[in-house]
Amino acid sequence: MSAGVTRADQVVPPGTTWSRVKPHLTGWMFALPFVVVFAVFLAIPIVASFVLSFTNFGIANIQDWFSADLIGVENYTNLVDDEKFLKAARNTGVFVLFGVPLTIAFGLIAAVGLNQALGRAVALFRVGYYLPVVTSIVAIAVVWRYLLAPDTGLINLALDVVGIDGPNWLGQRSTALGSIIALGVWRNLGFDMVIFLAALQGINPTLYEAARVDGARPWHIFRHITVPLLRPAILFLTVITTAGYLQLFEEPFVMTGGGPLDSTLSVSMYVYQQGFSFLNLGYASAIAYALFVAIVVLAAIQFRLLRSDDTA
Amino acid sequence: MTTLETARQLPPVAPVDPPRAASGLSSKWWIYALLTVGLLAMIGPFAWMLLGSLKTQRELLQIPPTWLPEDPTTANYTRLLDRLDFPRYFWNSTLIAVMITLSNLVFCSMMGYALAKLRFFGRDKLLLLVLGTMLIPGSVTLVPLFVLMSKLGLVDNIFAVILPAAAGPVGVFLMRQFMLGIPDDLLEAGRVDGASEFFLFRKIVIPLSAPALAALAILTFLPAWNSLLWPLVVLTSEENFTLPVALAIFARGQFAADYGLLMAGSVVLVVPVILLFLLLQRHFTQSFTMSGIKG
Repeated sequence: MSAGVTRADQVVPPGTTWSRVKPHLTGWMFALPFVVVFAVFLAIPIVASFVLSFTNFGIANIQDWFSADLIGVENYTNLVDDEKFLKAARNTGVFVLFGVPLTIAFGLIAAVGLNQALGRAVALFRVGYYLPVVTSIVAIAVVWRYLLAPDTGLINLALDVVGIDGPNWLGQRSTALGSIIALGVWRNLGFDMVIFLAALQGINPTLYEAARVDGARPWHIFRHITVPLLRPAILFLTVITTAGYLQLFEEPFVMTGGGPLDSTLSVSMYVYQQGFSFLNLGYASAIAYALFVAIVVLAAIQFRLLRSDDTA
Repeated sequence: MTTLETARQLPPVAPVDPPRAASGLSSKWWIYALLTVGLLAMIGPFAWMLLGSLKTQRELLQIPPTWLPEDPTTANYTRLLDRLDFPRYFWNSTLIAVMITLSNLVFCSMMGYALAKLRFFGRDKLLLLVLGTMLIPGSVTLVPLFVLMSKLGLVDNIFAVILPAAAGPVGVFLMRQFMLGIPDDLLEAGRVDGASEFFLFRKIVIPLSAPALAALAILTFLPAWNSLLWPLVVLTSEENFTLPVALAIFARGQFAADYGLLMAGSVVLVVPVILLFLLLQRHFTQSFTMSGIKG
């Protein structure tokens, strides 16, 4: 997928300055509208956020930016002693640790099952499994809060039938984070399924034929042919699901508001709280940057681990 | 990557899988059973939402619950109109999502073309810079964007939602990857005939890129329509709310226990997306695999 050499340069006749400058101007003309939006609303804010993280920028500085004081790494050293941040980091870590493998596993199971199904049923299943991916988290939260309600929710009423006294899923510390993880898996497994399905359909059926002729059992075929061939898809999904789950915000924000007692508070939610409830904009930027570093480091580690397996 | 690539390049010898055809449905009943249980878990909540939106508050809290509404009512929907300004939120959401989608189509296809097919000073560095921002979490730009919007006087203005989303790196990447596949000879012929780059872009590149543009439209419309965090931060007065912001605020505030109203609002929020999804199903999954496996 290298950029390659396009031939635009070859049509430029050597000679006048204008003919030498023109292709560059044309290129930049096409790039400019994007570059302006990109620079003003993404690139510069990314740098600004880094600078902000070394200041005590507060709401009072919002009109006169340079009235904030540089305080060095104080925001970052404060993180280590901030109980609430540590709790948010722990919750986010637990969400990633359980959420990522579960999402990928369920996505894979659904894809393998769907790959066996025939005809129109496939389309129906695919639409159904994919529905939560494309719908708004706010709508999802409304119906799941109703389903998980302690006394009137369908889930606890169903558990009642089999004699289990269902807990107050979102209202108590022991089950709230678990419920959020389950919701995250439910909401995102359809995406993984689609990626796996595309990869599965790319596997040559003769490989399966050969294995069957050799008398391999279905489980062995899955374990020794399907999974190794899916490694690129697994790597891709691990990296992007981890990066996405580390940014956990919407699920707890709409389901629990971070409670009870911060048991579902995530790092991104804490950025939001510090920035827009407590108006410590400098500190919020430092938290966001710490999260960014965690994402990059984890992605790099995953690339190392899963790549080296591939070549081994 | 290598194993999968090779496996893919092998010619598909057997178009119909013989053992699959031979064993038929009967031996696979348990796969269908499992898939169906899964399907119920996935779409059940949506069905429950739709049914719930047609029930009265009394029926919603009844034990044991009713499956189908005993006395179907549209009262929840009329309340969205009478007591809340849902048409307004719907309009705001539509306006924002459409503007974001259109601007992405224009900006990202132009940028993609420049990166894929034109040679100009700084191109490769620009590409790296754009790709480099793809892993950066949204919360990093949250605070500076708010500070910037305050300075520009755009807080509580829907343009504060539109502008930062008007062009994204994912779209550029998608368009560039697709346009790399357009043969240079095609453009070359036009250049020899003296056509301008803009003419080539409009008359050759854009028509050929239709599948990628469809994918890009879906990939930008969806998050724009569903977007919650940034609009919640930057839109403060009710008349500027989008559907998700309005619903999220009502769900946490005075209507927290009014399930009927909230579920009717959820239906209004979800139905346009489901309709689009059913209509463009093929493009949908394609758009995600395109942005996924290729990127």
